This record gives sequence, C-alpha cells and structure tokens, in this order.
Amino acid sequence: MRGLWSDRKRLWLLLGYAAASAALFAAPLYLSDFRLNLLAKFLAFAIVALGLDLLWGYTGVLSLGHGVFFGLGAYAMGMHLKLAASGGRLPDFMDWSGLTSLPWFWQPFKSFPAAVLLGILIPSLLALFLGFFTFRNRIKGVYFTILTQALVIIVTTLFVGQQAYTGGTNGLTGFTELLGSPLRSDGMKSALYLATVIALIAAYALCRYLTTSRMGKVLRAIRDGENRVRFLGYDPATYQMATFAVSGALAGLAGMLFVLHVGIISPSMMGIVPSIEMILWVAIGGRGTLVGALIGTLALNYAKSGLSEAYPEIWTIFLGALFIVVTVFLPGGIVGLIRKGAGSVRKKTGRGNAHHEPDVHPVLRGSNRSV
Amino acid sequence: MEMWITQLFNGLSVSSILLLIALGLSVTFGLMGVINMAHGEFTMIGSYAAYLTQNASKAQLPERMSDAYFPVAPAASFLVAFAIGYLLELLLIRHLYGRPLDSLLATWGVGLVLQQIARSIFGAPNVAVNSPSWLNGGLHVMEGVDLPYKRLFILALVAVCLAAMYVYINRSHSGRRMRAVMQNREMAACLGISTRRVDGMTFAIGSGIAGIAGCALTLIGPIGPNIGTYYIVDAFMVVVLGGVGKLIGTVLGALGIGVFNTMFEWWSTASLGKVFVFLCIVAFLQWKPKGLFAVRTRQLD
Repeated sequence: MRGLWSDRKRLWLLLGYAAASAALFAAPLYLSDFRLNLLAKFLAFAIVALGLDLLWGYTGVLSLGHGVFFGLGAYAMGMHLKLAASGGRLPDFMDWSGLTSLPWFWQPFKSFPAAVLLGILIPSLLALFLGFFTFRNRIKGVYFTILTQALVIIVTTLFVGQQAYTGGTNGLTGFTELLGSPLRSDGMKSALYLATVIALIAAYALCRYLTTSRMGKVLRAIRDGENRVRFLGYDPATYQMATFAVSGALAGLAGMLFVLHVGIISPSMMGIVPSIEMILWVAIGGRGTLVGALIGTLALNYAKSGLSEAYPEIWTIFLGALFIVVTVFLPGGIVGLIRKGAGSVRKKTGRGNAHHEPDVHPVLRGSNRSV
Repeated sequence: MEMWITQLFNGLSVSSILLLIALGLSVTFGLMGVINMAHGEFTMIGSYAAYLTQNASKAQLPERMSDAYFPVAPAASFLVAFAIGYLLELLLIRHLYGRPLDSLLATWGVGLVLQQIARSIFGAPNVAVNSPSWLNGGLHVMEGVDLPYKRLFILALVAVCLAAMYVYINRSHSGRRMRAVMQNREMAACLGISTRRVDGMTFAIGSGIAGIAGCALTLIGPIGPNIGTYYIVDAFMVVVLGGVGKLIGTVLGALGIGVFNTMFEWWSTASLGKVFVFLCIVAFLQWKPKGLFAVRTRQLD
C-alpha cells in the first residue's frame, strides 16, 4: 500500500515539475514585455532563495549576508557590461574620479566567460573564507548571523566609499550590449529570460540532489543536533562551509542574472534590508522545503510590486508585520500550512498515511535552541 | 600628540554610547536567549522622547527657562523606552524564548514597524534637539586639545548608568533574582522566583537604558527614524566581542570597538576602517570564540 502511495506521489510530483517548467518556458508567449521582465527578476531572486533555504532551512545556519554575495555577482556582471558599454575607453565614473587607467582588478572582466566565472567564484570564496574562520571554531547560531550582518555593512560602506573603483552610491548602470548585441532588443530579453529559467531549474536540481542525497541527511542532522553529529564522527564545519559556499555561489549567479534584467546595480541593493528580505522569502514560503522557497519568493515579490508602488508606507509596515506573524504563528510558511491542511483532509477521508509527514518541521519545534 | 588625545577621546565617547545600547542586548540575550533587533529602535524612541520633552517645555515654560527640559529628558527617555519595552516583552518576546534566530527575525519586523510609525508621526527628515547653552564649548586641556562639554556630559551620564546597573545587578534583591534566573532558570523557578516577572523587568530595563543612549545621541546631532540602525550592528559586535551576560565584558567590548573604530578610521578612510575592525573581530574570535568573558557552563548546547 505504502509503495503504491509513494509511486503515485512521485508521479504527481513529476507531473507538477513538468507543468511548472512548461509554464515558465512558455511565459514569453503569453506575458507582456513588462510582465516578463518582472518575472525574470523574480526568478533570479528565487535562485538566491534556494541557496538560502539550503543553508537555513536544511542546515540551520541563518545568514543575513546574502545581499553581499548577490551584490558581488551582480557587480561582476555589471563590470563586464560597463566595460562593454564604454567600448575600450575608461568607464565614465572613473573619468570623473580622476583615474587615468583601468585598475588591475577590472582587467579580467573584459572577457565575458571570465566575468561569469568570477561572478560565481568570488562570492563562494568569500563565503568559504568567512565559513572557515567561523564554523571551524564553532562560532555558530546567532554569533554567525551577526557576523554576516556586519559583513553586509562593511561591504556596502566599502563599495560606497571607493567611488573611483565601484561607482559609489550610484553603482554601475548605463549598460548597452551583451556579447555584441543590444540588451534592450526583444530577442535578447527573451533569451535572457530563458537563460534565467534554465539557471533556476539547474539550481533547483542541484539543491534537490544535495538535500535528497546522504549529504542532505547530514545537513538536517547538523540542524537538529550539531553535537550529536560531531560525536558520530562527522565534521559539521566542513559540511557547513560547503553549504555556505554553494549558497553564496547561487546568490552570485542570481546577482548576475538580476543585473542583466534590471540594468543597474548599486550598494543599496545589497544592503541590510534587501538581505533580510531574502530571508523572508524563504520564511514565508516554508523553510526546509525547496518548493517553499520558490513560492515564497514569487508571492512576496508580486505582493511587493503591487503594494509598494501604490503605498510605500503600508508596504514597510506590512513587511514588518509579516516577519512577526510568520515567525510566531506560521513557522512552516505557506507550504507548512498546505501540508497541515492536506494532512487533516487525509485524516478525515482515512486515506494515506498522514503520520509519516510531520506537519511541523523539526527545526521549528524548538530544537534549534543551541545558541 | 594632540591628535592622539582627541581621537582617543572621540573613541571613548563612541564607546560610551555603544555601551549603553549593548548593555540591554547582552542582558536579554544572556537571560532569555532572545536577540532583540528592535533594540536600536528603543534608542530612537529615547531620542524622540527627549525631543518631545524639549517641545513641551518650549510650549509651557517662559523663554529664559528653555534649558529646563534638559535634566528631565534622560528620565523621560528611560521611562518611555521602559514602558514600550515592557509592553513588547509582554506581547511578543515571551513567545520567542530560547529561539534566538526566530526572535531575531520577529524583532527585526518590530523594528521596521516602529521605524515606520516614527516616520509617520515625526516625518522622515531629521529633527534637532537644542542642547542647553551651558553645554556649549569645551574643556581646554592643552594647546590644540578641547574636550567638548557635551561629550564629557555623555561620559558622565554613561558612568552613572553603569554604576546604577552594577548596583542593581549585584546589590539589589531583584538583581539577585535576575542573576539566579540567568544561571539556572529551572532551579530559580523551583525556589519560588517568578521568572516571568524577572524576564519582563529585565527586558524593560535594557530597553530603558537604550532609551537613555538615545537621549545622549540628541546632544551629538540631529535625530531621525533610522538612528537606531546605525548603532545596532556595532552594538551586537560589542556583545559578540565582550561575551554574553557579563557587565565587564560589555564594557571592554564597547571600549574595544569604539576606540578601534575611531582609530582605524583616522588612519585610513571611514570605509576601510570598518573593514579592518571586522577583520580584527573575526581574528579575535579565533582566539576566544565565546567573547572575552563567557559565563562558564557545563552545558553542551
């Protein structure tokens, strides 16, 4: 009976994946230009959310610093686009700040493949660096979270302060072309959108592979009882570092796609508020479930684009209230709510085995008490 | 030499304000395992309380007594922040005990709401509180070194708060109960201590002290709805550096962060200085992962 049930469940799951990917791939056919651009931006955000979920929902490590990794990826792509737009001359803001030649660390970004590679490598190396010096010393929980927030502050002040090298508060903008073809053309927009969908599916597949593999089990074990994992002979620090690096790399990838869709990157997009908003995407969708991260990102961003343009004050209060409500009353997020609902329906109809799926995630039952 | 003294003094002044903000953070974290991201907003509330006191005294008192609001301001800041802190603990925080990461997110939401409320009431632009005329000018120490009275006053205010806090924690009955709950909550409860009341009281006092810090900030410059966010991360770094739940740790942590911040910013630029301080903190944590003074415990988790 059980095998049959899980077979049927797997079938539904596959059907769901197929339908969702088909809907995403076909979006250029039925969405207007503006809507498509919006969706593309949100899908890029969803990649960050996947990485965050891997780190927070599965491993129990909360990072408030993902804005930085996102921003570093975005700047890598932005630098390439800026150089392409300047066409061999010095970028305009460097001219204004009195630089006469291109700084050495801008040189590699002349080539597109190098920019893409660095946009993923730099964030993940930074994550690895920070992870190496924290997880190995068992600096974890809140201490780690606060350090990541401090990282956000110093990186944003650094980017604002070093105007000659980074474009300062204004950031990088005024992009025209990618690989020789104009960014604003319809073909390019559709191509970039499709690239984002493919990246998202690849990221999802990677996260799904990681979480269903043996490593995923260890990650969840670290979340629920780090010391027990240590006593079993695993080294939690290695797993945490690896997850943090993967998560940072995904954020960098998302940042690169974001710049291509939006055409600007500035320090304010990698600051404290955007970083913590990313957490809310995961929290509202349901941490510890990859689908939850996707749903949460799309739901919250659509709500934001609807609400914040009309009533910016209400949006801030709404955002704050959402944080309180989700953490106190709805720790499982949207997916947790759906599961709870489905569980009670199943119990009523006497079908299936509801007790196999805990309606609340273990991480939410106060087992993340270690500080 | 003159520059050295001036910079050291500035560092000390920054430290003293950080100390006031971090005190409440350290105690609430040590006692309840709650990270209060809305703590900076209590500083903001304290600032606006001082601003309102000034406006009230302007409206009620004759011109020549316009400085009369000043001695009342710290008390008003403390009381308003205390009351709001007590309310917050009652309504929200107590549901989040022992869940540091969740409490961090929920209180961040609280902070956002409080900021927006302040923005709606007082407007987004900064407002200025006129400090009393007798605080203008400075103490002339030597050629090229003038210590502003305002900052000296802040140092004195902080010293008084610190002394009061020390006496409260170590000499009073309710302070003793607080220490007992911090060391072993279950045992304290068994011995008849109302841990609920201790928690509420401690949280409110921590908030009130952050309010006094807000009052002190009005002496330095204009205040706005976001004023708390400038200080909150640094205040957290103080807690990380100094260790949780020990007064002396918080004092040394605040001194370290304040002085090093000022010094590095003086030696390099403001943005590079912050990077150096961060690297120093990470390096320091390699040596003492739990901060300078950690409460010894046999607990594993």
